[in-house]
Amino acid sequence: MTTSSITAPAAVVTPRDTVPDPARQRRRRTLARWGFVAPAVVFMLLFFGYPLVRNVVMSFQHYTPKTFFTGRAPFNGTDNWSHVFRDALFGKALWHTLVFTAGSLLGQFCIGLALAVFFNRRFPLGGVLRSLILLPWLVPMVVSGVVWRRILDQDTGVLNSFLDTLGLPGHTPWLTDPGMALLSVILVNIWIGIPFNMVILYGGLQEIPRELYEAASLDGASAWRSFRSITLPMLRPVITVVLVLGFMSTVKILDLILALTDGGPADATQTLGTLTYQNSFVQLDFGAGAVVGNVLILISAVFAVLYLRANRTEGK
Amino acid sequence: MSKRFNASFSTRIVAAACVLVASATLTGCGQDRDDGVYTVLNSSTDETYHRWDAEAMARCGKQLGITIEQQSVPAAQVMTKALRMASSRSLPDIVQFDASEMPTFAEAGGLIDLTTLGLSTRDIPKGIVAFGSYKGTYYGAARSVNTLALFYNKDVLRQAGLPVPTTWDELRATAKKLTHGKRYGLALSAGGAEDGVFQFLPFMWSNGGDERTLDGPRVVEALDFWKDLIKDGSLSKSTVSWTQADVNDQFMAGNAAMMINGPWQVETLNTDKSLHWGIAPIPVPRAGATSVGPLGGAVLTVPNTGDTERERMAGRIVACLSSEKEQLTYALNSWMVPANEKAAAVWRRRMPELQALAGQVAAARSRTAELGAGWSSVSLALQSAFQSALTGESSQAALKRAQQRATSGN
Repeated sequence: MTTSSITAPAAVVTPRDTVPDPARQRRRRTLARWGFVAPAVVFMLLFFGYPLVRNVVMSFQHYTPKTFFTGRAPFNGTDNWSHVFRDALFGKALWHTLVFTAGSLLGQFCIGLALAVFFNRRFPLGGVLRSLILLPWLVPMVVSGVVWRRILDQDTGVLNSFLDTLGLPGHTPWLTDPGMALLSVILVNIWIGIPFNMVILYGGLQEIPRELYEAASLDGASAWRSFRSITLPMLRPVITVVLVLGFMSTVKILDLILALTDGGPADATQTLGTLTYQNSFVQLDFGAGAVVGNVLILISAVFAVLYLRANRTEGK
Repeated sequence: MSKRFNASFSTRIVAAACVLVASATLTGCGQDRDDGVYTVLNSSTDETYHRWDAEAMARCGKQLGITIEQQSVPAAQVMTKALRMASSRSLPDIVQFDASEMPTFAEAGGLIDLTTLGLSTRDIPKGIVAFGSYKGTYYGAARSVNTLALFYNKDVLRQAGLPVPTTWDELRATAKKLTHGKRYGLALSAGGAEDGVFQFLPFMWSNGGDERTLDGPRVVEALDFWKDLIKDGSLSKSTVSWTQADVNDQFMAGNAAMMINGPWQVETLNTDKSLHWGIAPIPVPRAGATSVGPLGGAVLTVPNTGDTERERMAGRIVACLSSEKEQLTYALNSWMVPANEKAAAVWRRRMPELQALAGQVAAARSRTAELGAGWSSVSLALQSAFQSALTGESSQAALKRAQQRATSGN
């Protein structure tokens, strides 16, 4: 405001600059505005747009090792798609992915929330304990995978020995029974995901004004009642963020499963992530790999849209 | 003032970034190769193997008056790395592929016929020439080959007063007798990767099974034999999650009296001086049958770079690295069997304790001899099948599904 009132009289002095073509000025301003947006747009197009489009195109191509030499990948219509959808493994992998994602999110979220509420009250050593719980987050996924594979070994694993000394079933085939393996993988993933959920939810809890709880307790509300009527509604935006981010990182799981079970035994832990990997990098059928990849992207996109929707209504 | 500076500064950064990206994409193609410097892409990521290779390359480089460099990536990444290099026209001069992967690269038109580069197959057994060939063309020179054998704990067998088993019945009985407390009679890998398939093949092939008919009765019998070992309790149920390295760990920790494994474990085995191990051919279904194992190992190939002169030199490098002398040095270091007959004869004299392995190699078969690039589909189907069968399903049903899956190309 002030700057414009200062420049205005100066403009009168030098007529040349004073009659700025308003259209030109506007154009320049839009150009500057776009200039600021441009780096982001270029980045998005280069690193997100291009691979995305490429992946979609590839799923309609006969893309084989030969393509790397000739550069030719003939279009083959919906062959890749029908090929993948007809494969019994795809249905299995889709189902495993859904179970894995739902199970992991449920476990991570509930335990994470419980811990967040627990640490929200102040007590001695609370800070130290809270930071200790972050440790699983710091360990690389593949390392956790390898360590857990040892822990869960049926004969020599620490977990079974421990269960045995407690008189519990000490010969549980955690990773070796097709009926158990998916559950075991989910449990490990819950362990990995707790810190993330706890940290974000804890941050959200800190934002809730204490007075609300005081008022509620004056009104004679029980702990459960104030959790349901104060904590949960106040935490809702944070909960949405945690769940959506958790979903995105869980649905595309690959490294943990490769390290734990390699998709086995008998394809019991095959997910869309491992299937893409297997199609593209073991069978070298890149077209089929792209199809599964696209399905994954589609699932994520649906949730991203839902998330944006939820955010917008929240904003209103 | 500062605003203008910022604006131009950021424009400059953007411009610089654009130039960088553009030039990276442009120069990515058509990388210049140094004269006199040749590169080998291999999977020698272990310190010892990397060192042995470096020494051999230094000797050959000196002999040919050039410098040979090696670029080592994990075994599972050699193929994808080579393909990426092919698309950016930056292939190395020599690629060392696992022999089971070579046909895929050859089929894509990526390899040069070694005989046109002056390499001869003299003194190399027919089986090993076939191992490095695809559709009758010799693309890969093997320096050494390996296969699987039965490793046993000498002390445990002696204490039990049991001879080394030679047939399936003996193996089953011996394994059962040796199973005691925490110790299983036998350890093997039935993991869901190529490791598991590699270990199943000696049982399948020695019994007359064939990878083109996975649901054939001979294959079913072989799988039933594995199931019996688990049923007896002489083979751990964890076998479905073990790699061959895990199997070796189990054997060394005393959790298994015998194991199926390969000579690449010998170096690790020998680190435990108190462990006295012996080696024998893998038991056969019936007395008198031949023990047929899978031939394993890597082959040196010359990729098609379009630069004939460099390709010719690459051929000479391969010839030097796979010469009788270099083969023997490499084989003595790595405990593998030399591909060259003459070198193998010397090796056998110098390593009498691995005698059994040399016999196994002579009878061993290449995985891709029948199916070529189609092997990976069959391998995936087979993994899934034996894992299903070992965890409860009937061998017949599991293998029938595998056959359907393999033929549908999924």
